[in-house]
Amino acid sequence: MRRRVVLPDKDHHACGLFGVMDRSGKRFSGEMVVKAMKNMRVRGNGLGAGFAAYGIYPEYKDYYALHVMYQDWDEEAKREVDRFLDLNFDVVHTEEIPVNLEARVSDPPLFWRYFVAPSKKGDEKKLSDDDYVVKKVMEINTGIKNAYVISSGKDMGVFKGVGFPEEIAEYFMLESEYKGYIWVAHSRFPTNTPGWWGGAHPFCILDWTVVHNGEISSYGTNKRYLEMYGYYCTLLTDTEVMAYAVDLLMRKQGLPIEIVSKIFASPMWDHIDIMDEKKKKFYTTLRMVYAPLLINGPWTIIVARHGEMFGITDRIRLRPITSGEKGDILFISSEESAIRAVSPELDSVFTPMGGEPVIGRLKKEEKKIEEKVSEVIEGA
Amino acid sequence: MLEGEIHSHLLPDFIIERREDRCIRCRVCERQCGFNVHWYDEETDSMKEDEMKCVGCQRCVVMCPTKALIVKPYPGDYRANANWTKERILDLKKQAETGGVLLTGTGNDKPFRIYWDHIVLNASQVTNPSIDPLREPMELRTFLGRKPDKLEIEFNGDLDDVEIKTELSPNVMIETPIVFSAMSYGAISYQAFKALAMAANEYGTLFNTGEGGLPRELRKYGKNAIVQCASGRFGVDPEYLNCAAVIEIKIGQGAKPGIGGHLPGEKVTEPISITRMIPEGTDALSPAPQHDIYSIEDLSMLIYALKEATDYEKPVCVKIAAVHNAAAIASGMVRAGADIIALDGLRGGTGAAPKIIRDNVGIPIEMALASVDQRLREEGIRNKASILVAGGFRCSADIVKAIALGADAVYIGTAALVAMGCTLCQKCHTGICNWGICTQDPNLAKRLNPEIAKKRLVNLLRAWSLEIKEMLGGMGINAIESLRGNREHLRGVGLEDWELEVLGIKGAGE
Repeated sequence: MRRRVVLPDKDHHACGLFGVMDRSGKRFSGEMVVKAMKNMRVRGNGLGAGFAAYGIYPEYKDYYALHVMYQDWDEEAKREVDRFLDLNFDVVHTEEIPVNLEARVSDPPLFWRYFVAPSKKGDEKKLSDDDYVVKKVMEINTGIKNAYVISSGKDMGVFKGVGFPEEIAEYFMLESEYKGYIWVAHSRFPTNTPGWWGGAHPFCILDWTVVHNGEISSYGTNKRYLEMYGYYCTLLTDTEVMAYAVDLLMRKQGLPIEIVSKIFASPMWDHIDIMDEKKKKFYTTLRMVYAPLLINGPWTIIVARHGEMFGITDRIRLRPITSGEKGDILFISSEESAIRAVSPELDSVFTPMGGEPVIGRLKKEEKKIEEKVSEVIEGA
Repeated sequence: MLEGEIHSHLLPDFIIERREDRCIRCRVCERQCGFNVHWYDEETDSMKEDEMKCVGCQRCVVMCPTKALIVKPYPGDYRANANWTKERILDLKKQAETGGVLLTGTGNDKPFRIYWDHIVLNASQVTNPSIDPLREPMELRTFLGRKPDKLEIEFNGDLDDVEIKTELSPNVMIETPIVFSAMSYGAISYQAFKALAMAANEYGTLFNTGEGGLPRELRKYGKNAIVQCASGRFGVDPEYLNCAAVIEIKIGQGAKPGIGGHLPGEKVTEPISITRMIPEGTDALSPAPQHDIYSIEDLSMLIYALKEATDYEKPVCVKIAAVHNAAAIASGMVRAGADIIALDGLRGGTGAAPKIIRDNVGIPIEMALASVDQRLREEGIRNKASILVAGGFRCSADIVKAIALGADAVYIGTAALVAMGCTLCQKCHTGICNWGICTQDPNLAKRLNPEIAKKRLVNLLRAWSLEIKEMLGGMGINAIESLRGNREHLRGVGLEDWELEVLGIKGAGE
């Protein structure tokens, strides 16, 4: 008898997104982001919320910070992960993630964090540190039952679970315990998945985090293309596709977001056809080669990594995105009201066109790029 | 009856009802019928018919000014027998009377499962908005050819000044994922061939020359032509190759996998002999295999010989019939250097094929496509070649389903002929075609006005493209590339587990 594996349907949901970055690199508490998310309460339904914060572990900033979730407080899973990490990493510090037991959340799993450095052996010495960490994270997520690495970057972390954003923030004490220079938040309105702490967003690999509002109608095309490059979508969420696509194009292929945004949300042929010859050739080639990574349907994402945060919406802007600036602070949000709630006075407010990225970079990073450009010019 | 001649035991295929109250004895039916079914009896001042000759092409019915004719299947039958059907008995009798291989035209007409009719499409509701193609751009533009794994781009922070460093393979752009499949000048009339070329040119897509060459005066349509290099090598010279958009090496054909071709000498008229570069009146025989390709490495040599001959400026396509090992063969073809692979399925058409082959050899295109697309992905080479599929596409929904299964574009042959007038009488191999399509008889061929036929073809492309846009919009997709290989949008109805597995789709409700 033949056995056919039928995977469950992918996740369908709508969401509220918020990202805030201090481009001078100044760190601030989670208070602002929580307040903004509260303002968009109707965009979620209490079945999932999460935060990512950058710059929160300065004392361990050279070590990969692994946030591990143990479903059902599974002690056997923890013992296995401990053994696995001892074998594959130098673990410099480990502790339970502090939580507020008074918080109104239901059925939280156990969260633990590990600060580690790769300890590569044999063939794995050929891998870069990042690739090694990705590989080991995948091994834990797919190989150890009830254990999930929910974030794995340096000097950053993801906190997420089942509840409204302010409840999750209260549980992890984000307003008092942490200070970061980028905060990204997400609240979910899932339509077909039961509440599961691991299913909340942000989705994270290394220091990349993705929060996403939308349903990708090109999911099958994108997923099957990514499979050719060794990315297997196991979480059945659109967000996972976005995260892997970002990883492939930006980390592995080294394309900047300015170009990646034109792949995810390419201009229409009608627009390309009237460009000057050079641009026309560039955009035509880009669309032709990366056609399977055109992300179709309604979506907005905010992607962050150290030094950089950006937001984009789909090519015909079927999901909202707004950005605002106040001094060095850049906001990206599903709604302007959430930005106004935390910063009533703004220097500018901007609603980008479909596929037009809003990019925030640390000032010192921007300087680095400028220096690089001038080097190239001088070199030539 | 002459001595030794066998009295035929065959039954007629059709009967002709003539409503005498309407017939005005204008004799249009007599002049329209290339099979000489109708004749005028002066003695009784009435029209008579020899229904044994009638092929049911409906030409006389359509042309009769008073609509006096009805042509319908002959109702007489043998004793009912599920095993010995009327078709089996008659085919056997024909062979007993002729001692030959039975020939036929067009694609397999047997009731093999048509998977398209067991696959349904998705549409957006609530969580995802459908897109209205009347209000929003809906893009069907498609590129055929090899794509690199990635682009190396020099970017200095300014999108107005970017350089692509990666060397690119040639690709051909089409405005709709519908291409006319191979029908040679010789198999079809000059008029029909020209109409296909003009329609492809007008709509921004491609036609395929088949292996009959491309007449000189039609080479201006070269940029819309896929020129074939088949086992007979008819009409192949450097100019032929270089005027084209794509070069196709034909290994096999869905209607007759493993079988060559034969254009009888009677059809090799002067213009055909010039185009094919063979003497007038000689049989044009295409061997079953390409005699310089007995294995995959030989294919690679021909692919690169053709690329050399055209300065690596054109994608090279390799066309095979969909057979059991299509997936492994296709993978070999891509590795051998093919930029496009064309798969022609069980129901693919033909101008002439042995009936026994047409009806029994090959696999359905749906299965071949699904397994080839999946195999190329598993091997990480799907982007290295485009997939063109052929074989019995009847409507725009078939095309949408094929693209969602993994095709880049679809070849239509029979559908294009039907648009021009064909009624699938299956007599293409006789050289008589009352619709002027599949004939070299100048009196019959001139019935087809290339301009009007072109208009019908362009209308068909337009109508199907509009329907594809409607279906895409319903799924919340506004560019055809987001449908390609997107099997999430397909569900099977009434299919067995193994069929769903091969197709790589879920069942409805799953």
